[in-house]
Amino acid sequence: MDLQAVAFYVLAAMLVVSALAVVLIPNVFRAGLFLVLAFFAVAGLFITLGADFLGAVQILVYVGAIGVLLLLAIMLTRDVHHGSPGNRLWLPASVLGALLLGAVSWSLLNTTWADKAAEMPVPATAALGASVFDLQNGFILPLEIGALALLAVVIGAIVLVGEKK
Amino acid sequence: MDYWAGYGSIALFLLVALIFGLITIILPKVLKLLGLVVRKPNAVKYTTYECGMETIGPSWVQFNFRYYIFALLFLVFDVLVVFLYPWAVSLRGGGWAAFTAMAVFIAVLLTGFLYAWKKGALEWR
Amino acid sequence: MSVGLEQYLLLSAVLFTIGLVGALSKRNAIIVLMCIEIMLNAVNLTLVAFYRYGGLDITGMVFALFVMLVAAAEVALGLAIVFSLYRSRETVDLAEMDMMKW
Repeated sequence: MDLQAVAFYVLAAMLVVSALAVVLIPNVFRAGLFLVLAFFAVAGLFITLGADFLGAVQILVYVGAIGVLLLLAIMLTRDVHHGSPGNRLWLPASVLGALLLGAVSWSLLNTTWADKAAEMPVPATAALGASVFDLQNGFILPLEIGALALLAVVIGAIVLVGEKK
Repeated sequence: MDYWAGYGSIALFLLVALIFGLITIILPKVLKLLGLVVRKPNAVKYTTYECGMETIGPSWVQFNFRYYIFALLFLVFDVLVVFLYPWAVSLRGGGWAAFTAMAVFIAVLLTGFLYAWKKGALEWR
Repeated sequence: MSVGLEQYLLLSAVLFTIGLVGALSKRNAIIVLMCIEIMLNAVNLTLVAFYRYGGLDITGMVFALFVMLVAAAEVALGLAIVFSLYRSRETVDLAEMDMMKW
């Protein structure tokens, strides 16, 4: 059992347990904290996959910004004592989820993957930047569209949340 | 195998942190079981402050929604930094196209920041 | 017991299912947004796994990066809408947001 397998199984157990806790725990604030734990586990899994830059970005964006935003939202809305109840759809949703999981895992276990497992890659940050900012087949236009999406978010949030004059 | 060498120390650090946290939780309970510490609760010990005002109402107060705008602007510039890092590493090969792309990206996000500024969302009243 | 592409994909499928069931069956709007974040994380895991085991094609990582950008925008605007509803209805319970039902 090599090092990657040990890291993978520890992180996978942590991830599944904390994701289940997000859904099942009645206390909303604790669910948010478990969500942050799940983000950490995903960052660790990125590192086991050789995507160390993406692991760092995961901690920076998800744990540092999105986790803080969600916990702040829980504290702002003061609805903690209501807990997180389920709605009438929980049974059909569970059946649908089980069907989806069965179908996906059946199909992925019955596919022969072209498993091109290379040796552990070198840090790919420079290659990532070169790929995003390449003029011919890079991702410059999606990047600017993303910037516009973030601009729309800032303006929309200020209009929705800002003080009513 | 040298890819993993740098992460061994991080794993060790996490392990030590986990053990330290567990020990600080478990140790008082063990000491109580052994009878080394005594537990004699009374009403005064359980008050919030031994001197000063008694607290009124629940501690879950309404925060100002203004905090959200600050968190949001932090998020936006966090995402900007995420794209700035690979851009800076690969700028030598990218040339003016990469530079212009990032300049436009920053300009668009700065527009949002200036809008928030103009709207007075950053002022603390 | 070595780890390959299939283990990562199975883990990601389990994670996506947990998020999907949570998003469909919860009434607290913030919990629903959290479950959507879990689903997006599952997708990111798949993309990075295909990057690693699909011949180190860097596009998988680029896609994961853009998914993170869109996830950040989505959760920020979603929470702003939740706040706006909370101001007028004093609740984040999705079952009570029925003004446009008929």
